[in-house]
Amino acid sequence: MKHDILLINLQDNVGVALVDIPRGGKARISSGERVEAVDEIPYSHKMALEDIRAGEPVRKYGEEIGRALSDIPRGGWVHTHNLHTGEQ
Amino acid sequence: MSGHTFKGFVRPDGSAGIRNHIAVIPTVSCAAGVAANIARAVPPAVPLLHGHGCGRALEITMHQQVLAGLGRNPNVAAALVVGLGCETVQASSVAAEIAKTGKPCEFLVIQEQGGSRKTTEKGIEIVMRFQKHAQALQRSECPVSRIVMGLECGGSDAFSGITANPAVGLVSDWLVECGGTVVLTETTEMIGTEHILSRRAASPEVAARVEHIISQARRRTHDILGPLASCVIAPGNMDGGLSSIREKSLGCIVKGGGTPVTQVADYGQEPSSKGLVIMDGPGYDMESLAGLAAAGCQLIIFTTGRGTPAGFPLVPVIKVASTGRLYKLMEDDMDIDAGGVLDGGSLEDVARDLKALAVEVMNGEPTKAERNNQDGILCLAVMTPAF
Repeated sequence: MKHDILLINLQDNVGVALVDIPRGGKARISSGERVEAVDEIPYSHKMALEDIRAGEPVRKYGEEIGRALSDIPRGGWVHTHNLHTGEQ
Repeated sequence: MSGHTFKGFVRPDGSAGIRNHIAVIPTVSCAAGVAANIARAVPPAVPLLHGHGCGRALEITMHQQVLAGLGRNPNVAAALVVGLGCETVQASSVAAEIAKTGKPCEFLVIQEQGGSRKTTEKGIEIVMRFQKHAQALQRSECPVSRIVMGLECGGSDAFSGITANPAVGLVSDWLVECGGTVVLTETTEMIGTEHILSRRAASPEVAARVEHIISQARRRTHDILGPLASCVIAPGNMDGGLSSIREKSLGCIVKGGGTPVTQVADYGQEPSSKGLVIMDGPGYDMESLAGLAAAGCQLIIFTTGRGTPAGFPLVPVIKVASTGRLYKLMEDDMDIDAGGVLDGGSLEDVARDLKALAVEVMNGEPTKAERNNQDGILCLAVMTPAF
């Protein structure tokens, strides 16, 4: 079945949106589960697949891509506003 | 896993070619016309035309190694080196390096032969002899552990890093598990991942080399582009949902899979280790392909999002399209459609198709780039202007 969010690596706590997902939309994850979007997730952006607390690592490709700047709930949009990447 | 085999041409040094080419290698662009004439007269021969071989200082050793490496590539059954005479890269040295593999190799020098016509005639004689030798060779069963597979991405789009590249990564892991070698290059596209790749290094020495080449690439990018260096990521990539250079680079290095980094090789250098090897090299596709071929890769997997027809004269290049849209748009040039991942398929599905095709190509099935004769001028990496 067609999915809305691609989980690249089983270790990841974020997935990539393959379509625009409206707030409240029940996104189908490629792993089979469904996660309700608590933010609007633009196409090709990242959605948290579990609760990520401030300071905790955000993982994509099985690797840490940065740390959460604030608590990010499952279904939340993850981008530069709430992700500290340590880069300028 | 390790039971996988292909039918290859076993060379005297024990390496296994998946093609059986006769290479005609000019040492310098001044000899390109003669090399082209020789190859034209004996059609299966492949002329490796390039614009280098003289007028440089820093690159000379590297270019000499690269040209020799192309002749040494297991896909080459025999090689003829054509020099002019007064150039910096000498035909005798290149031929001597190739001859160490035990395959037939000869050289001609235009200024010694008495001009282009005489050299061409002599060259045709030699290549016809090589052709008889090559025709007598038969494919035989070889373990895939003898495969050195190069990785390349070019004309990437927002999907390259989530469809094509992770699928290729699964195939890389498979080949490494089978005892083969995978070469990941394009150091510029590793910027931001030095701590990840160095953590995966097999030894502290390899880790230090990984960090060194990536920090050099970072500095070079800044030196060349200045404030524009940040454009490598922003703003287009940011709009596309990538939050950092590291995240973008992770989408590139994922092609190499998740096994330890066993060695860092120079541009065009043959790896001495099995497993996942990083080759320090530029992000420019065409220079990268030449470096991978010189390093002895018999097969190259090339992921693309925008689409490119480019191939390489000696080495089959398999094109993996990041979306079904690109695959349909450029079906004549694309071998594999990774876009199924966007339509409910899995990365494993794409990896299975790619692996199956890779084995067919090892056994002799031509790639789209080969069918389309995508073998033009070679681009060799340079660091300095010519004098």
